[in-house]
Amino acid sequence: MTAELLEKKPNPIANKRKRSGKEQFWLIFRYTSLTFIWFLIVMPIYVLVVNSLKGVKDVYLVNAFDLPKSLDFSAWPISWSGGDYFSAFSLGESMTRTLFFVVQSSLISAIIGSINGYVFAKWKFPGSNIVFTLFLFGMFIPYQAVMIPLVQLVTNMGVNKSIYVLVMAHVIYGIPICTLIFRNYYASIPDELIEAGLVDKASRIRIYRSIILPLSLPAFVVVLIWQFTSAWNDFLFAIFLTGGSPKLSVATTTLNFITGSSNQVFYGLNMTASLIVSLPTLVVYIFLGRYFLRGLLSGSLKG
Amino acid sequence: MALQTSKRFSTWIGGFLLVVPSIAAVTVFVYGMIVWTIKISMTDRISASVKEPKFVGFQNYTNLLSDTRFTHAFENLVKFTFVFIVGTTIAGFIMALLLEKGIKGEGFFRSFYLYPLAISFIAMGTVWNWLLNSNVDADAGGLNLLLQKVGLGFLQNSWYLSENGAAYALALPAIWQMAGYVLALFLAGFRGIPDDLREAARVDGASEAKIYRYVLFPQLTPTLFTVLIILGHVSMKVFDLIIGINGKSYVTQVVAVYMWESTFDQRNYAKGTAIAVVLLLLIALIIIPYLRWVIKQENENR
Repeated sequence: MTAELLEKKPNPIANKRKRSGKEQFWLIFRYTSLTFIWFLIVMPIYVLVVNSLKGVKDVYLVNAFDLPKSLDFSAWPISWSGGDYFSAFSLGESMTRTLFFVVQSSLISAIIGSINGYVFAKWKFPGSNIVFTLFLFGMFIPYQAVMIPLVQLVTNMGVNKSIYVLVMAHVIYGIPICTLIFRNYYASIPDELIEAGLVDKASRIRIYRSIILPLSLPAFVVVLIWQFTSAWNDFLFAIFLTGGSPKLSVATTTLNFITGSSNQVFYGLNMTASLIVSLPTLVVYIFLGRYFLRGLLSGSLKG
Repeated sequence: MALQTSKRFSTWIGGFLLVVPSIAAVTVFVYGMIVWTIKISMTDRISASVKEPKFVGFQNYTNLLSDTRFTHAFENLVKFTFVFIVGTTIAGFIMALLLEKGIKGEGFFRSFYLYPLAISFIAMGTVWNWLLNSNVDADAGGLNLLLQKVGLGFLQNSWYLSENGAAYALALPAIWQMAGYVLALFLAGFRGIPDDLREAARVDGASEAKIYRYVLFPQLTPTLFTVLIILGHVSMKVFDLIIGINGKSYVTQVVAVYMWESTFDQRNYAKGTAIAVVLLLLIALIIIPYLRWVIKQENENR
C-alpha cells in the first residue's frame, strides 16, 4: 500500500497563475536544499569513482576529492583478477561464484514465496494467521541468535566450505519476507476471481496456475530483486557459515581485499574493488528501483 | 464467503500441505535454532577444548554484566543508536518535507537519495574509512578537508578514532545509508493524507505553517512510530558497517561485533550465544509490540 502512495505524485503546479514572491522564494529554497542534500549523498560514490580512475599508486588521501589528472584505468583489471598485488584473491572469480549462487537462491526463494503467499492470502487453513505472524517474527530476528548452532551444524556435516550452505541460508531465512511480499500482493487480487474459478469446478492448484500465476510478475520482480540484493550484500552469513574463508563469497573477499593481507595498502585498488562489487546491485537499482523500493517498504510491514 | 477459512478438512488440507515445508524450515531453523542457542548459552562451553559442556544456568549472563568489554560494546551501541535514530529520522523527514508537495525532478532526487540502500557496507567501508579519516589541517583528506573548504575548519575532529565520540562518528555513514528509507516512509505518509483535509484548513484561513503543524503532522504519528521501530531494530543489529570501516577494533565495538569476536577469536560459544540472546531480547522487546500493532491495524482496515 505504501509503495503505491509514492507513485501518486501531486501536480507540482496545480494552477498556472503567476507565483507570488513568497511562493517563488520557497521554491528556490526547496531546490537549493535538495541540491545540497544531493551533493552529500553522492559524495561517497563520487570519491570511489574518481579514485578508481587514478591508477594503482597515484591515490592519496589528501587529494581524495580531486579529479584524476588523466584517466588511468589500470586499477580495474588488477582489482578484478588480483594480479601480482593480491595473488590470493581474485575478485572476478569470487563475483562470478557469488552471482551464480545469488541467482539460484533468489529463484528458489521466489517460487517458495509465491506458493506460500497464495496459501496465506487465498487458501487459508485453521491457524494460518498465527503461523504467518510467527513467520513474520523470523524476519526481524538478529541472525546472531541462530548462528552458532548453525555453524556447528554445517561444520559437523562437513559442508562449511560449500557455497550451497549460503544458498540454503538465504532461501530459508528469506522465507518470511518472500511470503509476506507475495501474500500482500495476492491479497489485493479480488476474491471474486478465485470464486469464479471455484464455481467452474477448477481446483485450487488449477486456479493458482491459470489465474494467480499469470498476474504475479510484479511480485516476482520485487522478490527476485530483494533476494538478489540482500544475498549479494550479505556479510553476516558469509563470514559465519564459511568460517571466514575469504574466497567463497564476494563480501568476505572484499573485506580481505580492503583490509589487505599484504603490508602495503594500495588505495587505488581498494577503491576500484569496492566500486566493482557495488556495480551489480547498483545496476539493478538503476533499472528496477521502483521494485526495489517496494521490497524495502515490505520490510517495514507497510509494503 | 467461499474464501473464509473453511472448517472442512478437505478444503484446507491442500493449502496446508503446500506450506508444510516452509513451516518445518522456519520451525527448525528459526525457532529451533533459537532454543538451541539459549541451551548453549547456559553451558560452560567457553572454549573449543570443552568437549562435554555442563549446564551452568545463567552464569554466562551474569558474567556479561561484569565484563567491561561487553558493557563498553553495549554503551557504544546505545550511543550509536541514539545519534543514528535521531539523525536519520530528522534527515529523512526534512527530505520528505522538501519533496511532499511535488516538485519538478522529484524522481531524480528520490532515486539518488535511495541509492545507498542498494550498496553493501563492506564495499562502502573503504571510502567511509577515508571520509572519516582523523588527519587534520594540511594532512586532512575526508570530511575534515571538506569542513576546511567550507570554512568550518574548527569542526575537524578525529571521528571514529576519538576516545568518546567513536560510536557517534560511525552513525554518520549509517544515517547516510538509511535516510532514504525514512524519506520513502514519510513521503508515503504525506501522500496518504487526503487532500480534502488540507483544503478544508486552507478554506478556514489557516496559514501554511499552521496546516503543517496542526493538520498534517498529527496524521504522520503512525508513520513516525514505524520509522522508530525499523531504525531501532536495524541499529541493534549493526555489524557490517562497523567491520567495513574499522574492523574489530575495540574503540568502535558494538554488541554484534563483540559477539563475533567472542565466537570466532575466542571460540567461546557460551559467551557468544549469551550475547546473541541479549540481542534477540532487545529486538523482541520492540518488534513484538510492533507486530501486534500492525496486525491489529490490518484487521481494523478489513
